[in-house]
Amino acid sequence: MSREMTGARMVVEALRDQGVDTVFGYPGGAVLPIYDEIFQQNDITHVLVRHEQGAVHMAEGYARATGKPGVVLVTSGPGATNAVTGLTDALLDSIPIVVLSGQVPTFMIGTDGFQEADTVGITRPCTKHNWLVKDTNKLAETIHKGFHVATTGRPGPVLIDIPKDVQFATGQYFSPDELASDRYQPIRKGDIQAITRLVELIEQAERPVLYTGGGVINSGPHASALLRELADTAGFPVTSTLMGLGAYPASAPNWIGMLGMHGLYEANLAMHGCDLMINIGARFDDRITGRIADFSPNSIKAHIDIDPSSINKVIQVDIPILGDVGEVLKDVLDVWKSRGSKTNKAALGKWWEQIEGWKAKNCLFYRNSETIIKPQYALQRLEALTKGHDRYITTEVGQHQMWAAQFLHFDEPNRWMTSGGLGTMGYGLPASLGVQMAHPEALVINVAGDASWLMNMQEMGTAVQFRLPVKQFILNNERLGMVRQWQQLLHGERYSQSWSDSLPDFVKLAEAFGCKGAQVRDPRDLDAAIQEMIAYDGPYILDVLVEKHENCFPMIPSGKPHNEMLLGEADTQGAIKADGAVLV
Amino acid sequence: MSALNLQQGASSHSAYDLRDPHADREESHTLAVLVENEPGVLARVIGLFSGRGYNIDSLTVAEVDHTGHRSRITVVTRGTPEVIVQIKAQLGRIVPVHEVHDLTAEGAAVERELGLFKVRGNGDKRVEALRIAEIFRANVVDSTLESFVFEVVGTPSKLDAFADLMRPLGLMDLARTGVAALSRGT
Repeated sequence: MSREMTGARMVVEALRDQGVDTVFGYPGGAVLPIYDEIFQQNDITHVLVRHEQGAVHMAEGYARATGKPGVVLVTSGPGATNAVTGLTDALLDSIPIVVLSGQVPTFMIGTDGFQEADTVGITRPCTKHNWLVKDTNKLAETIHKGFHVATTGRPGPVLIDIPKDVQFATGQYFSPDELASDRYQPIRKGDIQAITRLVELIEQAERPVLYTGGGVINSGPHASALLRELADTAGFPVTSTLMGLGAYPASAPNWIGMLGMHGLYEANLAMHGCDLMINIGARFDDRITGRIADFSPNSIKAHIDIDPSSINKVIQVDIPILGDVGEVLKDVLDVWKSRGSKTNKAALGKWWEQIEGWKAKNCLFYRNSETIIKPQYALQRLEALTKGHDRYITTEVGQHQMWAAQFLHFDEPNRWMTSGGLGTMGYGLPASLGVQMAHPEALVINVAGDASWLMNMQEMGTAVQFRLPVKQFILNNERLGMVRQWQQLLHGERYSQSWSDSLPDFVKLAEAFGCKGAQVRDPRDLDAAIQEMIAYDGPYILDVLVEKHENCFPMIPSGKPHNEMLLGEADTQGAIKADGAVLV
Repeated sequence: MSALNLQQGASSHSAYDLRDPHADREESHTLAVLVENEPGVLARVIGLFSGRGYNIDSLTVAEVDHTGHRSRITVVTRGTPEVIVQIKAQLGRIVPVHEVHDLTAEGAAVERELGLFKVRGNGDKRVEALRIAEIFRANVVDSTLESFVFEVVGTPSKLDAFADLMRPLGLMDLARTGVAALSRGT
């Protein structure tokens, strides 16, 4: 039975019916009626952010740590435009987000009213879909549809723009089960002929590799379980993109590490040399493929993806399978088992020998120091000292992000939140707050760089207000490390604007926000500093002063194929000297 | 030359290989896109083309089913076969898009465009314009002692040809609707 109520009440009612327990937001003139309704209820917790960008990243962290959509409430104009970066981030990384924005009243739209912006126009290219609701009777239906679109098929962000008069007016509220089933229903089951063809190849492959991505995690925990079953029973090596870390356990024997620009030597060479590549929920991103023309030249490629536009977008594949990763993997396993679970064991043995040979290269080797904390060492110690904890990691963007991906290990999905596609500096701190809201008892650590962290540091206020005991682990090199690395390697060591001048004192900053901070610079003090951070019951900033000029290796330079990796300083030195003579 | 001795070209400082290896294999395709007639749907379709760098040679849009809230967008686009496939996939995943048909790939289709041509002249030129208009089965939809407005319906190339012939005879202005297209047969 539909019920009559105001649009503002409908918003809260719809969120409740969608099972929302947390909203990240910031009030303003055009959403006051909704905030009035939030004031008068206790089912939904509202997290007051300090900047709307922070709200969206928090919702992303929440969504990725739970598998549920993250919800954001912002006002019109600047409230909505501040959400744009977060929306784009969520679009590129396929994170389900529902943003509700206020808008000037319908009769003022188009008059350049106070805090008016063409929000649906601005956010059209950075949302999966968006709506401007001009009739209170359509509001409930639109919000429910928004949740459906955000979470169905390839997940993504949606925005619903609600003019203030629509919030005040009364109309009929419909709950989700009163509405006809939605027309938007992407195909989930894969084509069985293509699946059978893939199974035939699985049976014969001499040098297979499973190339997994964020789609495995988005498909749900059952998809991760099926991936593990397939990889373990077939004995196939598994590599993953940055987004897919944790879908297959890093502690399992078939794990060969992350691939891509800063991926592991063995993973990239396995991709280059394989004869069967099975892409499961990844999208052949340019950080992964390197030079397209030389990408895995001798392999048959299968691609499982729920988004038809992902298939054959960058790399032409031989066996496209359109469908949900979980559904398709289940069918692959069923068909494969029904035919006797065969693999080419002799050839696989040789393939693993080759991979072990690449592993022996020890590509993550770095020269440690007794006087200066190496960022890699800091992460190795963080890994060792947080093992066994109920741990979630977020990151900012840059060198520290890549080192975190290399040196921290994930055995479960939904434990690793990082900005992959958009590469949004300032993502990690608010994301860590979103994760902590979802998992209040867990150990949530944001691995950060000094420059990225400053971009949304105002959210420490949110952490303190909501007593979110997030740990900010700042690898402070007083540089924009990745920019500096590229300038060193590609721009003749001209370090244009890539140092962090006038950094704040992070310990005093922590105190100013009302939380605790500490600084560590001696490698001998590092363990104690990390342990103190973990033990502290509250938000904490650990300022880890690290080597300022460390470069992140391995590295596939842009435009190079997988088999032309740089493994360390020694590989770059010749090139830099020769080039220095020409350039500088 | 870059420090890492990367291949020269657009990709030397970028991970993207910006050089188009298939520029010589471009094809023209007529796509019929059936959409939910909701606000902003045309902006979504056009935004997809501009945002991803695809071409629009011609675009028509009108509501075709009032009770069902359906509009039909006909787009003539150009690209390599891979790009055409990608355009269709990208269109197909827009939430209010119901169906995407590639009329060029799906078999024979009829394509028609309407053009209005204002031609000014006297004497021989005026007579010649009228004569050519007859050959093209154009209708005269407006006339003064010094000018005609011709209405021509046909394929885009027929309208191109008509414009070319009228230009030396005093073509002042023209308006074209863009292509509307339907597949042949049942």
